[in-house]
Amino acid sequence: MLKQIEGSHGVSEAVALCRPEVICAYPITPQTHIVEDLGALVKSGKLENCEYINVESEFAALSVGIGSSAAGARTYTATASQGMLFMAEAVYNASGLGLPIVMTVGNRSIGAPINIWNDQSDSMSMRDAGWIQLFVEDNQQAVDIHIQAFKIAEALSLPVMVCMDGFILTHAIEGIDVPEQKQVDKFLPSFAPRQILDPENPISIGAMVGPEAFTEVRYLAHQKQKEALKLIPKINEEFKKIFGRDSGGLISTFNVEDADTVIVTLGSVIGTIQEALDEQDQNIGAVTIRSFRPFPLEEIRTALKNVKRVVVFEKCFAVGIGGIVANNVRMALSGTNIEVYEVIGGLGGRPITRKSLHKLFKDAVKDNLETVTFLDLKKDVVERELKREKELIQSGSVAENVLRDVGVVNVAKTT
Amino acid sequence: MSHQQVKFYQTGTLTVGNRLLDAAQRTVQATIDRSNSLDSGHRACQGCGEALGARYAIDTALRETNNKVIAANATGCLEVFTTPYPETSWTLPWIHSLFGNAPAIGTGIAAAMKVKGREDIRVIAQGGDGGTTDIGFGCLSGMFERNDDVLYICYDNQGYMNTGVQRSSATPGGARTATTMPVGPEPGAEFDKGKNVPLIAMAHEIPYVATASIDRLHDLEAKVKKAMSVRGARYLQIFVPCPLGWGSAPAQTVNLARLAVESGVWPLFEGEYGEITSVTKIRKQVPVEEYLKPQRRFAHVVKSPEQLSAVQAIADRNIRKFSLLEEQE
Repeated sequence: MLKQIEGSHGVSEAVALCRPEVICAYPITPQTHIVEDLGALVKSGKLENCEYINVESEFAALSVGIGSSAAGARTYTATASQGMLFMAEAVYNASGLGLPIVMTVGNRSIGAPINIWNDQSDSMSMRDAGWIQLFVEDNQQAVDIHIQAFKIAEALSLPVMVCMDGFILTHAIEGIDVPEQKQVDKFLPSFAPRQILDPENPISIGAMVGPEAFTEVRYLAHQKQKEALKLIPKINEEFKKIFGRDSGGLISTFNVEDADTVIVTLGSVIGTIQEALDEQDQNIGAVTIRSFRPFPLEEIRTALKNVKRVVVFEKCFAVGIGGIVANNVRMALSGTNIEVYEVIGGLGGRPITRKSLHKLFKDAVKDNLETVTFLDLKKDVVERELKREKELIQSGSVAENVLRDVGVVNVAKTT
Repeated sequence: MSHQQVKFYQTGTLTVGNRLLDAAQRTVQATIDRSNSLDSGHRACQGCGEALGARYAIDTALRETNNKVIAANATGCLEVFTTPYPETSWTLPWIHSLFGNAPAIGTGIAAAMKVKGREDIRVIAQGGDGGTTDIGFGCLSGMFERNDDVLYICYDNQGYMNTGVQRSSATPGGARTATTMPVGPEPGAEFDKGKNVPLIAMAHEIPYVATASIDRLHDLEAKVKKAMSVRGARYLQIFVPCPLGWGSAPAQTVNLARLAVESGVWPLFEGEYGEITSVTKIRKQVPVEEYLKPQRRFAHVVKSPEQLSAVQAIADRNIRKFSLLEEQE
């Protein structure tokens, strides 16, 4: 049914349609509305046979989820930003134990300095934690991918993160086709766990593994992610048959066939990029990566095989080297002569404007880009702070100095 | 307490009590069909108090639930010595996740049982004192305040023994550990620090809190039995001497547990909804020196009149605070 609703609300309805049995809730902006809505669904009785637990931290949220999933309950939680870091140990543990938990990440920056707005540093901090990571473009996809996520997770016995841009998607109201319960029931069978805590058949889960087998266990985790590369498109096809919508599988491509230049990105920014591309007449295509883990090396290599240059546009970066996504894309293109530029934009919620994108496109087609570009970086502000640090030992907080410099903070006049 | 109190001092031996009782009053451990939840073949040190405590407690819980228990275990000695894959000493369904999340794992399992209508299956979460009073404390408090249907058992050997005997917030004043060495003007762990988690658990006003010691099996088993008869969050802290960490002879483990109780160092009590409901009385208080002397971790304390009197003062305060001494007739 088509509804004009908030992204978070859409996600909560989608999750409820998947008949979760345990939901762990700890509030962190911008994920709050999702767990609030689910709480109301459980409390009102609309979502039956579900335990909704208000936990004391994100570490507990995922830990309770590990317990409930190991005991055979379909389990869901949501987090963002600092919360993701606080649960980091449990994030690795859930995948190591092979527990098919589904978790929404309302993508948000990581502090310090504390910042509640969108970028993708949080999901990226856990990119190597063994979870499947699916990034969605819009709220329809957020709904659809959550439903697919449970099926992917349970088929592989691996946890799945559905990553949606905080505020830009979680708080945006748009038309969403929310599926019917009977469609979802047809698509998603009840949870049949691969291993379960059961007094009738007692097993020990989570014991120690030494050097004699650790490599093989870790290799199999890698192998399982590679299996997911086949499974994700297959489940997308099954979804398409029942729901009549395509969520794009591993990647989506736009006009890459004849393009010399292709922008590669992930998450909601593809919408902005497509609009900006439509407004100009250079031959530029775009690719959006839905599955960041597993990373679809082959699909990306194939999609980009005829291009001259790739501009990876990402809302995150690895401090001290540069783009994270870009380096993954480079791996996909290894052995080719395709130039890969890294553009870091939208950090901590900075708007990505049409104007900046148009300039970026123009520079890109002329190979007029540095290897790493920080979009709309205020270089003069940076220079002044570097100068202050050179001149003064006690130059103070970088964050405060920069804010004063850009004029957000009124400088108190000392007389 | 409904069980018949066994007083070992009546005969002056440590083993006779059980035989004097009716068969129905004997301990679970004394029965031929005990479940041996922690089976032989594990890798605990000689004289490990934790291995005894865990088997006593879990066997009793299994008896009380007709073998329907799932256990969550924190990282630590108990986890390591019982389960190197592909071997396991546990005969019940058991999961180890992390060091600091065993209470939350318990919450999750209990939630799953509730939603599946299997509340006949009970949940125990367990760990050492480091996993309980320090790193797992947040999750423990959360489990308590939500009154989740989990029995948490802390096997308290007063330090991080698995990592090589470092101080925890359950390490007593004066004790030598690898991070509180007996050097300088105040050797060993500082006095007047640390956490009393049983009392903190009581402050959550949960249905049941108790302390126990591996030297008195009837008392320990009765407390587990009581805990399993109640729903909601429950907490049991069992005193388990550690020969490796304490520098004591393996054969002294049970005796040290007895001396800790009889000196007043380790008070045994039960509480319900924030109120103390019973204490296990001591007939005659033993001087703390007798408890401290067999342990190398206290070698410097025994030689220091100031430190010795500081430990004695703690024991005396426990005796007053919990009215531990029997009324003399």
